[in-house]
Amino acid sequence: MKDYLILIAGMGFVTFLPRWFPLFFLSKREIPKLLIEWLDLIPAAILSALLIPALVVGGEPKIMAFKPELLASIPTFLFALKTKSLGGTVIVGMALYWLIGKGLLPFFGL
Amino acid sequence: MRQNNDVRIGASAAWPICLGYIPIGFAFGVLARKAGLTPLQIGMMSVFVFAGSSQFIAVSMLADGASAIAIILTTFMVNLRHLLMSSALAVFFKGEDRKRLSLFAYGVTDESFAVNLARLRDGDWNLNRSLVVNQMANAAWIASTVIGGFGGQFIPEKAFGIDYALIAMFICLLVFQLRGRKYVITAIIAGILAVIFSLLIPGNSYIILASVIAATLGLIFKKYLT
Repeated sequence: MKDYLILIAGMGFVTFLPRWFPLFFLSKREIPKLLIEWLDLIPAAILSALLIPALVVGGEPKIMAFKPELLASIPTFLFALKTKSLGGTVIVGMALYWLIGKGLLPFFGL
Repeated sequence: MRQNNDVRIGASAAWPICLGYIPIGFAFGVLARKAGLTPLQIGMMSVFVFAGSSQFIAVSMLADGASAIAIILTTFMVNLRHLLMSSALAVFFKGEDRKRLSLFAYGVTDESFAVNLARLRDGDWNLNRSLVVNQMANAAWIASTVIGGFGGQFIPEKAFGIDYALIAMFICLLVFQLRGRKYVITAIIAGILAVIFSLLIPGNSYIILASVIAATLGLIFKKYLT
């Protein structure tokens, strides 16, 4: 148990550090305009970098594949674009993915 | 009264994250139990670390008999991407109390970052509400991992498409970010690079690498091509 405590304390510390450092130090100083403009693009970049591989890359070792995640993402994306509703998109996305998993979508001509 | 209001509004923004964490938390609890951790140890890791992907990796490394140093170094690499996210958030928290910012930093995850940032950008958001989002997500994560450790194997896999909750959330949050040509171009570059890098480089450093290059190219595009 002592070894385990050291392990999770170490994991916790190295996880906290990068989360904490910019909030603690950047919030008190003038951030250069160019850096602000760069940081402004970071969320779109990170979200896309998190999302797209989850849709088209799978397996171990990793390969590109056609996944049900990708099939469900297209109507989910259109729904999000149209409604801008986070909760609604989550529900619709789950329902679509579930229907695809059940193999029910062909019945609806989709 | 205002505080209560912040809790209510924060909670209404946090629930999609909580919903998305439940299946992942269960899965983690089940795997950690199989690797020999007790529900107490599982809960403690979720409290101390609060980072899904690195917790999964740590448990599989533990099962393989890896050293603590190797696990901690891997955790550091896996979670380094939050440096970028906290930097982007810091822009909105100028001059805020550093103690509260430190507490907020504890709860910065991919999901809470994206939800809070979208709201902060809309302008109707503050540190209180952001803290509520982080701590609700944290509570959902801790609870679902511990419950998974007790008996997640009894919950059917893939029930109601809940595995898709986080992907659907990211899709919508990405849509929120696409507010102009430079964002769309940056996102397309990041997506393509992330796919290529994820195929070439082991681990998840492809996220940080693709994001940094794409944001830089997006900035160059904006400065020199428009």
